[in-house]
Amino acid sequence: MSLHHFLVLSAILFTIGIVGIFLNRRNMIIILMSIELILLAVNINFVAFSHYLGDVSGQIFTFFVMTVAAAEAAIGLAILVAFFRNRSTIDVEEIDSLKG
Amino acid sequence: MAADLVFYFFSVIVVGAALGVIVSRNQVHSVLFLILAFFNTAGLFVLLQAEFLAALLVIVYMGAVAVLFLFVVMMLDVDFEELRRGAMQHLPMGIAVGAVLLVEFIFILNGVHVDGPAQAAGVPVTNTMAIGQLMYTRFLFPFEIASLILLVALIGAVVLTLRKRKGVKRQDISSQIARTREEAVKLVQVASGEGAKP
Repeated sequence: MSLHHFLVLSAILFTIGIVGIFLNRRNMIIILMSIELILLAVNINFVAFSHYLGDVSGQIFTFFVMTVAAAEAAIGLAILVAFFRNRSTIDVEEIDSLKG
Repeated sequence: MAADLVFYFFSVIVVGAALGVIVSRNQVHSVLFLILAFFNTAGLFVLLQAEFLAALLVIVYMGAVAVLFLFVVMMLDVDFEELRRGAMQHLPMGIAVGAVLLVEFIFILNGVHVDGPAQAAGVPVTNTMAIGQLMYTRFLFPFEIASLILLVALIGAVVLTLRKRKGVKRQDISSQIARTREEAVKLVQVASGEGAKP
């Protein structure tokens, strides 16, 4: 079990997250969950490097990533609920009122 | 050797659960697969001697974030089958991008060389103690900023979802307190035998 094992695992997890965004392009909840998977892959990378380099700072950064991920999930789901209340759908392709 | 087996056990479940998140037809199953992936990642963190983060992952991610997802999935009355329609036409694109990304990752990984687990300098301390010693000294300012981010998320989530419904009778305390005697009570002199007139 070396560092490479963890890095490959995290690369696979990251890729699954990206493919998940492509695969479920219309469902916003699955997109948010894919983002959580991507952040999880990043966390695995941080902790693995922290272990194999003998530096605890990596774990502190994981802590901050978790903070931001929790905040992002809370705000994202709140926006989702507010949007669903107004438009009765969570289809990402319908979220185009701003014509961006 | 045993550690290798444990690593493969956890990582196979993590990858399988992650695939389950993105392909499962039922949203609730997706969230439950997400929880499974988080839990097995916590196992991997224990393997990497990051016990504190493993506990944090179980408590914060599985206990709060995943349950939040579960609440929203169950609260929204959406036709998820309808949302999946046309997903297959994005599949080749997704697979292509994923394959390119994975190949690039593997190329980058070939350049990474780190010798086995390094021992942290100084007296050996527990993982939680080491994190605490670093977090409250060198990373004190980012730590405070993180708490502010959480506060902003808390207030933002409340403000985004709060709504005032029209036509609901509710108590308005300020208008109750603002009432004066003059606008609330009228003294009427009623003559004997006539009754009160409006």
